[in-house]
Amino acid sequence: MTHVHLESDGAAEAGPAITPIRRSGGKTEIAVAGPWTLIWLKFVRHKVAVVAAVLILVMYLIAAFAEFLAPALPEAAKPQFTYAPPQDIALFVTETDGSLSWMPHVKGYKQTVDPASLKRTFTIDPDKVVPIGFFVKGPAYKLWGLIPMDLHLMGPLKSGDTMYLLGTDKLGRDLLTRLIYGTRVSMSIGLIGVAISLCLGVVLGSISGFYGGWVDLGIQRVIEVISSMPTIPLWLGLAAAVPLTWSPLQVYFVITLIVSLFGWTGLAREVRGRFFALRSDDFVTAARLDGSSERRLIFRHILPSLTSHILAVVTLALPTMIVAETALSFLGIGLKAPVVSWGVLLQEAQNVRTIATAPWLLIWPAGAVVLTVLSYNFLGDGLRDAADPYEN
Amino acid sequence: MADDDVILSVENLSIDFNLRTHVLHAVREVSFELRRGKTLCLVGESGSGKSVTARALLRIIDKNGTITDGRILLRGAGSETDIVPLNERSAELLSIRGGRIGLIFQEPMSSLSPVHTIGSQIVEALRLHQAMNKAEARVATIELLRQVEIPDPDKMIDRYTFEFSGGMRQRAMIAMALACNPDILIADEPTTALDVTTQAEILDLIKRLQLSRGMAMLLITHDMGVVAEVADEVAVMRYGRIVEAGSVDEIFHEARHPYTRQLLASTVRLEQNPRALTRPATVSDPTSKPVLSVRELSKFYGGGGGLFGGASYAIRAVDNVSLDLSAGENLGIVGESGSGKTTLGRLILRTVEPTSGTITYNDREGRAVDVTGLSKRDLRGFHRDVRLVFQDPFASLNPRLTVKDVIGDPLFVAGLARGAALERRVGELMELVGLDPQSMERYPHAFSGGQRQRIGVARALALEPRVIIADEATAALDVSIRSQILDLLLDIQKRLSLSFIFISHDISVVRYFCDRVAVMHRGKVVEMGTAEQVCTAPHEAYTRALISAVPHPDPRHKRMLHRTRFTAEATP
Amino acid sequence: MLRYILKRLIYMIPTLIGMSIIAFLIIQLPPGDYLTSMLASMSDSGVNVDQAQIARYREIYGFDDPFVVQYWKWISGIVLRGDFGYSFEWNRPVWGLIAERLAPTLSVSLLALLFVWAVSLPIGIYSAMRRHSVGDYAFTLFGFIGLAIPNFIMALTLMYLAYRYMGQTVGGLFSREYVNAPWSWDKFVDLLAHLWIPIIVIGTNGTAALIRILRANLTDELNKPYVITAKAKGLPEYKVVLKYPVRIALNPFVSAIGWVLPELISGVTITAIVLNLPMMGPLLLRALTVQDMYLAGSIILLLGVLTLIGMLISDILLAILDPRIRFN
Repeated sequence: MTHVHLESDGAAEAGPAITPIRRSGGKTEIAVAGPWTLIWLKFVRHKVAVVAAVLILVMYLIAAFAEFLAPALPEAAKPQFTYAPPQDIALFVTETDGSLSWMPHVKGYKQTVDPASLKRTFTIDPDKVVPIGFFVKGPAYKLWGLIPMDLHLMGPLKSGDTMYLLGTDKLGRDLLTRLIYGTRVSMSIGLIGVAISLCLGVVLGSISGFYGGWVDLGIQRVIEVISSMPTIPLWLGLAAAVPLTWSPLQVYFVITLIVSLFGWTGLAREVRGRFFALRSDDFVTAARLDGSSERRLIFRHILPSLTSHILAVVTLALPTMIVAETALSFLGIGLKAPVVSWGVLLQEAQNVRTIATAPWLLIWPAGAVVLTVLSYNFLGDGLRDAADPYEN
Repeated sequence: MADDDVILSVENLSIDFNLRTHVLHAVREVSFELRRGKTLCLVGESGSGKSVTARALLRIIDKNGTITDGRILLRGAGSETDIVPLNERSAELLSIRGGRIGLIFQEPMSSLSPVHTIGSQIVEALRLHQAMNKAEARVATIELLRQVEIPDPDKMIDRYTFEFSGGMRQRAMIAMALACNPDILIADEPTTALDVTTQAEILDLIKRLQLSRGMAMLLITHDMGVVAEVADEVAVMRYGRIVEAGSVDEIFHEARHPYTRQLLASTVRLEQNPRALTRPATVSDPTSKPVLSVRELSKFYGGGGGLFGGASYAIRAVDNVSLDLSAGENLGIVGESGSGKTTLGRLILRTVEPTSGTITYNDREGRAVDVTGLSKRDLRGFHRDVRLVFQDPFASLNPRLTVKDVIGDPLFVAGLARGAALERRVGELMELVGLDPQSMERYPHAFSGGQRQRIGVARALALEPRVIIADEATAALDVSIRSQILDLLLDIQKRLSLSFIFISHDISVVRYFCDRVAVMHRGKVVEMGTAEQVCTAPHEAYTRALISAVPHPDPRHKRMLHRTRFTAEATP
Repeated sequence: MLRYILKRLIYMIPTLIGMSIIAFLIIQLPPGDYLTSMLASMSDSGVNVDQAQIARYREIYGFDDPFVVQYWKWISGIVLRGDFGYSFEWNRPVWGLIAERLAPTLSVSLLALLFVWAVSLPIGIYSAMRRHSVGDYAFTLFGFIGLAIPNFIMALTLMYLAYRYMGQTVGGLFSREYVNAPWSWDKFVDLLAHLWIPIIVIGTNGTAALIRILRANLTDELNKPYVITAKAKGLPEYKVVLKYPVRIALNPFVSAIGWVLPELISGVTITAIVLNLPMMGPLLLRALTVQDMYLAGSIILLLGVLTLIGMLISDILLAILDPRIRFN
């Protein structure tokens, strides 16, 4: 081979040749960006996860302001409107002269009674106009059980009128109202459940990961037993033991406890695994040699590396809790009336005949459950991806 | 140009990679030729595009990469094929892969399927390209394994990869690449992951097979020593371009491009021992008290019978090691993987508890401290004086802390400095290790490998230690960075009174840096002496074999291929 | 290999004991015991109670003994004599009740597992090989939705759709006319017509999860050096993928039994309740609501044991599949 070389082209190249496609964050910005900034930058790249996060936020807002957002009260029953179908909102009415004029309204019902079975059915009557409005006065309630109010986001203008945007159940209660109230119970049961799980999981997981040896072995055995038991039979068994005489609030907490009692194992495993991995990481050894005490090691070096992962796992554990509550309530051994949760609502759609008469009783609560679970899964996935901003 | 020996010529090859934020021009207008029976070495540091170039010859590039320009002409009996326009799935390309061009590469641990036997993987290659039935292919495979000098080939053919050592796997890999008598062998860092003695054997084997078969070879490496030992021609790559190409002699003795010269300089410099000139007199003074002295230190693993009747055996990771470290001395501990050198370092720091033996530390006031008997609390004082620098510059810095926090952490924990004083001290330390104090608010991810290692050194220096144990501190770095870090350490040593225990598998690094060297083999120190003596006139057979296996970066004085071999006696 | 199986078996023992304790706890959990409440309701309705009989039950089940003794009586009865206790509600030994429903429960679970495998394997391979293609995105979306729909909601929905659009009443395993009929081709076809809903319902969650795992695993494997080695040998792409990474990605596939099975069993339980299938699910729910605790406890224990056996099988398969496990 002939001896050839590139003539030094003045300044030596300082790095690989690149052509930028789009502007990315300034180099110094990234250089001084802390872990959470990096996680955020990585997270917002997942568009779906961001949308899911917004959806979940909206759900919690609904849960927080349920009384105001619901047009009626959850227990307000009008037996004359059994299984009334959903009404559509229309914004204009056609005047007699054919012109359109602004008037938000829903169409009223026409009642027909089947002469043979004496069964009443409702159909929408396009001629009957029920005017509705926003920020109307309606049935009185106490916001968060404290502040007496009677303002509702929307509702019929005349107090005797009815508005059933999502239809009614067999007692003639407004499904929309009940769904909104159910959001509060179902979404909060997830949060509380996961909080309990988190405490159990992190504490036991850290103990297991930190001490190792017999303690670890024991906790691992317990986790193994619990996670290899099929959950639903177990939940059934425990939930069935809740005495019928207990108050709804007691039941609510016990059910949350039951649900979380079996949800912590995954968390504990994750925490323990990462703990073990981190504990033998070079930078932890380095910190130990720097003279850090065990406590400082955990709180300054190990836990900060864990939090983002824990956040992701927790997000992924939340939907399991929600589904668990829903399933138990659906089977009649979870939450019971007068508490309203999505599961309690679904209980009313238990057989094909009811669903055939009033499909909305299945569609809306089931839709709420699926949407929530889906959002949590997307969000959790995005978080998990972003949890370690330092890997490629 | 119509050269009959040229079997493959690459003309103006350019490869781009589409990354998220930018297009990386990984290979730019690269041209070279491969000749029958000759070896071309493509040499460069990490990220130079040498591996991508090699894989492009087989059209094995990651999905986001494309060949944007150039031709790859493969010449056969009277015909000439351009590999670039071939369809990814065409029979022609598939018959070139493995049939006319064989490939071996770095990771001997993961480049063979773990769930298939060695034999079945070679048989498959044979049957793909040659009309053989199973029985014939098996016979041929056994013959191939024999050629690559795997003992008991008729038994080993049915073994799985995880039952093979690294060197054996690489032999099996070579057998597979050569199965169909290719015209060209591409070896992509074939020995980087191996110990020097194994490296010498493998390179020796490849060279012999290449000559006996008259193959052309393209060897990718970052190691100028390896280049000098095996290359006929050399092409030096940097940032995707060939900056200089020529015969091996021309490159080593008449280098023209500044980068080539720099690369050679940093390699050749490691062949010397600057310490011989700067060594303080105290080091060789036998009357002075050592800083650290280790006596009969041992660490055994296992031993107890398993719960389910596992055989009771003990691994003697460190076996009865004694050594002294004088003040201001650099003691090298050198050995191959599994020799126990890293464990020894950890034992001295007691991050691993010794099975038996003593470690005595003579502190600043001259008191002898029995390190093996220290409580956890007292150990902290010891760890202030004896510090560790890690191998991996990425894993050893907490990515969630700023550089200020990383370097300042030991000061903070020891309660030596807070607030502005801490900041000032961190700034001084950063200047000491050649970093800009302005960047102390940045996180480790903003620094390159070499810079991170400097951060690690600064952290070690923060508490004004007396001894630094450097565990393969330069192994993860490119050669030019490597000598920079070594010079930095020597420079710091001149200014502060420090002793080093320098653990390394790399004999040239140890020779460059150390006053005395202890050679470890199977947990024992087999030889100890001055760096010059051990590296030039070793007494022990093992050391001789080890030293002679180190490639010599001068093509006019090849060392490795005339090495002495050490046949280990069976362990008792 | 034999030692490996033995080891796994021994490891199972503590888990089994743990499970039995949990099951017994559930038996003990409701306040009072079944005998007391039965006595109360019997004397309420004026039925003559055989005091001697009651006393005999008290003795057998040790209702007056401390917890540990009761547990011992219960578990030793099961282990030594195969006696799971007595269902006061059905007035029959528990084992007989369970045995009737064991076969359908097991076979539907197995069918669902086969369904999970059959669907997720090709889709998983496709998704990993054609990452970020339209098909991959479609399957990913399907996977997410499949994961998000709880079993019982899917069961209700399918039931409704089948009723609405196919005029089919899908409760049970057979149409009314075939329930007691001897086996025939028609009965078999009728069974299939009823079976597809539970299989889909039970399998969808697992399928979606397994596709994701397979895709992730396979993507990892596809970037491993040994795949490049295989390519460099001149193997065509599909052969490279099928012979090497798929072979290794089968590991999570088999070990998936370990975690898919508890889910399947959970799914079978609740689905059987919704669809009113003659399996353990409805029996369990009924037993729990009337506090027929020996029946309920035994079912929970048995479902747990089934899962454990499944895990054991998966471990053994894994060892057969992967030489690395076998040799360690």
